[in-house]
Amino acid sequence: MTAPMVLADQVHKRYGRLEVLRGIDLRVEAGEVMCLIGPSGSGKSTLLRCINHLEKIDSGRLSVDGELVGYRQRGDRLHELRDREVCAKRAEIGMVFQRFNLFPHMTALGNLIEAPMRVRREGRSVAEERGRRLLERVGLADRAGSFPNQLSGGQQQRVAIARALAMQPKLMLFDEPTSALDPELVGDVLDVMRGLAADGMTMVVVTHEMAFAREVGDSLVFMDDGVVVESGTPREVLARPRHERTREFLAKVL
Amino acid sequence: MRAVPVRHPGRWLAAAAVIVLVADVVYSLATARTLHWDVVRYWVFDGRILNGIVVTLKLTILAMLLGVVLGVALAVMRLSANPVMSTVSRLYIWFFRGTPVYVQILFWGNVSLLFPRLSIGIPFGGPTWLSADINQVVTLFVAAVLGLGLNEAAYMAEIVRAGIMSVDPGQTEAAQALGMSRGQILRRVVLPQAMRVIVPPTGNEAISMLKTTSLVSVIGVSELLDSAIQIYAVNYRTLELLIVASIWYLVVTSILSVGQYFVERRFARGSSRGLPPTPLHRLRRMLIPRHTTVGERPR
Repeated sequence: MTAPMVLADQVHKRYGRLEVLRGIDLRVEAGEVMCLIGPSGSGKSTLLRCINHLEKIDSGRLSVDGELVGYRQRGDRLHELRDREVCAKRAEIGMVFQRFNLFPHMTALGNLIEAPMRVRREGRSVAEERGRRLLERVGLADRAGSFPNQLSGGQQQRVAIARALAMQPKLMLFDEPTSALDPELVGDVLDVMRGLAADGMTMVVVTHEMAFAREVGDSLVFMDDGVVVESGTPREVLARPRHERTREFLAKVL
Repeated sequence: MRAVPVRHPGRWLAAAAVIVLVADVVYSLATARTLHWDVVRYWVFDGRILNGIVVTLKLTILAMLLGVVLGVALAVMRLSANPVMSTVSRLYIWFFRGTPVYVQILFWGNVSLLFPRLSIGIPFGGPTWLSADINQVVTLFVAAVLGLGLNEAAYMAEIVRAGIMSVDPGQTEAAQALGMSRGQILRRVVLPQAMRVIVPPTGNEAISMLKTTSLVSVIGVSELLDSAIQIYAVNYRTLELLIVASIWYLVVTSILSVGQYFVERRFARGSSRGLPPTPLHRLRRMLIPRHTTVGERPR
């Protein structure tokens, strides 16, 4: 049996006195698409950021692909990872942000080749070739030379997805990828994500797109107030929520 | 159908009044009997004056280079998580911004009174490997560059810090998520975007520096103003030589302004849909009001 891609065991995270994650248990298998839903402030985004080493957890265990996040186990001791090691781990995980966060001073292609060239030390031609292939894959082959401000929100987000894929990650994290988009632009982004899922990419998606969760997700997790309230297949959770809080939330968004 | 734009008679009246005033000042200067423009013409290309300009330019460039490099380092230190780094940076800025640059130049010019010898070795009285008479290392020119540059660094540090802080934290986060290191993020992502905020005040600093170099005549460095002073000390053509110096300061600051303008346009890339209008565009738009036709898309 292979190790799960993400395994969280009683993960706690607090900012000062505010406890954002209060004992999260989670398991994402390789190739699985997990959708995270829940009201704002429920800790979904924080959980994603913890998985990608952008935040340190305060207690519990969190591992990605069988390796602890932020620590290396030697004997019965945990050694905190050095900056370089953390960077190497982050490079293996792709992340897509709500606000795209493309580098505005670089072209679309420039955004795609930056990390492969600087972090992976790839040659320009290799990086550019993969970059162009990825732009084609997200339907933007003709926009390689465009700067982000010359692209629509939907196009920017597709470039951002391609930028994350350029590092050939083993896991993709999406933090509300369509929340900042005009409604008519959401479809193109979801299409790209659908294609990724079909290709077998392991994905954790924080989303408010229930239709996407139902259609593409293998599992659905409802979080509220820093805990996982309920999880299961999207069909089960959406059709027959077992918890009162899930029912209340779904009644508001569906 | 044609739309008639609003008329602005007030603007034309105010412009006419100002033009008359300016013309009067120019006329008075040009015809003043006490001013000998032929003397100005005689000295403006004098060898000593031209040498002075070269020294002024060298001082400006070297002092700005020192100021920018040290300023970036101080800004990064100031924003560092290491409390020793940020405190040292804060103290540096406090000291060099809190004392007059004139005093600092005098200090560097007389540094040999404090430290007669410059030594490299183990600090706190340990063995010395290299030692030299400080006056041979810190010549008057070097003292001038140090005085101007170290002072400039304090101001540049604040400018760079403001630039770095103006960059959306989401940029750093996205770069981190891609596995880029701190140094890479600073060099490749944050600083290029901070430049948009850093360049305009740095242009101001460069222009201000050009004029501040005139202070180093106090320690006997023959830059532009000092050359002019030396000449009028002999021939008593004080006003004419001050005008000669002013003409050259104006020429160089004008060239610097044009350079600044193009550097700004370069770093505006990607930050707005169109580049800002050139001064020529702006002048034309002001003089020739646009007649929009109803139904035409306003631009």
